[in-house]
Amino acid sequence: MKYFHSVTLNKDNCHGCTNCIKHCPTEAIRVRNGKAKIIKERCIDCGECIRVCPYHAKLAVTDSLEMLKGFRYNIAMPAPSLYGQFKRNTDVNRILTAIKRLGFDDVYEVARGAEMVTAATRKMMAEKADLPKPLISSACPAVVRLIKVRYPNLIGNIVNLLAPMEVAAYEARRLAREKTGLSDAEIGVFFITPCPAKMTSIKSSLSMEKSQVSGAIAVKDIYGDLVRIMKNMDEPEPLATASSLGVLWGKNGGETDGIERPDCIAVDGIKNVINILNEIEDEKLTEIEFAELCACPGGCVGGALNVTNSFVCGSRLENLPTNATTVSAPSDEMLLAMQWQKEIEYEPIMKLADDLNEAMQKMEQIDRLYADMPKLDCGSCGAPSCRALAEDVVLGFGKENDCIFKMREQIQQIATKLMDLDR
Amino acid sequence: MRRTYDIDGKDFSVAGAASSDFKVLLKKLGIPGDVIRRVSIAMYEAEINTVIHGGGGKCEAEIADNRIVISFIDQGPGIPDIDAAMQEGFSTASEQIREMGFGAGMGLPNIKKYTDDFQIQTVVGKGTTVTLCINL
Repeated sequence: MKYFHSVTLNKDNCHGCTNCIKHCPTEAIRVRNGKAKIIKERCIDCGECIRVCPYHAKLAVTDSLEMLKGFRYNIAMPAPSLYGQFKRNTDVNRILTAIKRLGFDDVYEVARGAEMVTAATRKMMAEKADLPKPLISSACPAVVRLIKVRYPNLIGNIVNLLAPMEVAAYEARRLAREKTGLSDAEIGVFFITPCPAKMTSIKSSLSMEKSQVSGAIAVKDIYGDLVRIMKNMDEPEPLATASSLGVLWGKNGGETDGIERPDCIAVDGIKNVINILNEIEDEKLTEIEFAELCACPGGCVGGALNVTNSFVCGSRLENLPTNATTVSAPSDEMLLAMQWQKEIEYEPIMKLADDLNEAMQKMEQIDRLYADMPKLDCGSCGAPSCRALAEDVVLGFGKENDCIFKMREQIQQIATKLMDLDR
Repeated sequence: MRRTYDIDGKDFSVAGAASSDFKVLLKKLGIPGDVIRRVSIAMYEAEINTVIHGGGGKCEAEIADNRIVISFIDQGPGIPDIDAAMQEGFSTASEQIREMGFGAGMGLPNIKKYTDDFQIQTVVGKGTTVTLCINL
């Protein structure tokens, strides 16, 4: 599947306003005939449009619990940020037991996968010389996709380890096979996801031939049920084993704290991420060893599919009582399994043409059109800026008259001509 | 095709704006990644020099079939000793500029490193023109 996207549009709710087009970091949305349209080649599934749409017309396609019926043994894998969705000091065992009671046979915490990724990253940084600076975390799939389409020179900076979700899935499957004797095809592994980008990375992985995860269930879709189950719960099962090191990956800064090296930065919010990637690209940040970049504000706690305010959720994660006695360490077999299975390839989305001369001609046309535009970037034409409309016109996706100011000028000219005829 | 930019000599918060804009243009033209990287680094260094030493000026950038030529033109104090200026670590930047993280004396050496051709025309008291060329 070349372009699977979790982020989609509910046409009925779309008013054709300019909120999403103005906020999309890859200029992937246009309003056409009064409705938003997502350009699939450009979308990185960051969920920014879901967050800003006041009419809830943008949504994320995720899986439902119905999917569990397709497997004989099902494992739920909650994202660390889930633990901060409930009242302060909620026992993680209660949360995990509630998830299990939704119909799962077992639970495996993604926070444990995160612990293993931390250990592997530390090992890599300690043992390998000549690593690119800074290394960029591979945990946020929206950031990895952004680099893939906009920063060809930075693909080599991404840590070539699988994200905690995939590492957790690998381990959960291994344990389930041992315990049940079932085959991989009979075991369902479901990620409880805070964001649409994770869903996309399951359906069309960039670094694996095929994801180990069977599906993704949105936090918001099961939140109400979890609260209800927890309310009536007597004794929870002792399921929680992850340490705060893994759990704090749910919040921006948690991953770098775990690496325990001085020259790290943690950046959150897609606009800030773009600014920092520009600086890394210009080699202005070679003093930094490691960069944790999260597309969502606050990190995964700010995921578009979470329920609780990201600041509140982050504070709860920091103060979460954990039951862990040990931190998961990856075996040698696991260290091998954590490596990327394929290289990420640059897929330019900004390029005007394959041939340089043709691209330059188009750019000159764009410059000429743009020079004549009102430069208000009002978005009324359906493109995010006057410059984007000029590009659309030259690439054949838009008309100059989509600009309401241009249109007004023309009407005035026609009116003047009509008056002249009358004389 | 050409792009021209005015380089403000006082406002450090916009220093680097010309290189950033030009980098976006190169990506849209489909210029290979390694060329973009060299152009951006060299151009940024030259732009910062124009801000710090030249007191601002003008940048003219041209993309032709086989090469990219970028000139930074200022009416600043000029460079009295080009050989010294080309040495790594040599800088005449003020303490105040160094405190802002600039003036490490790597500007000109870095430009030379990342370009295929690099020329400085300078007249003390009149100004400096730095021209960088990167082959495509």
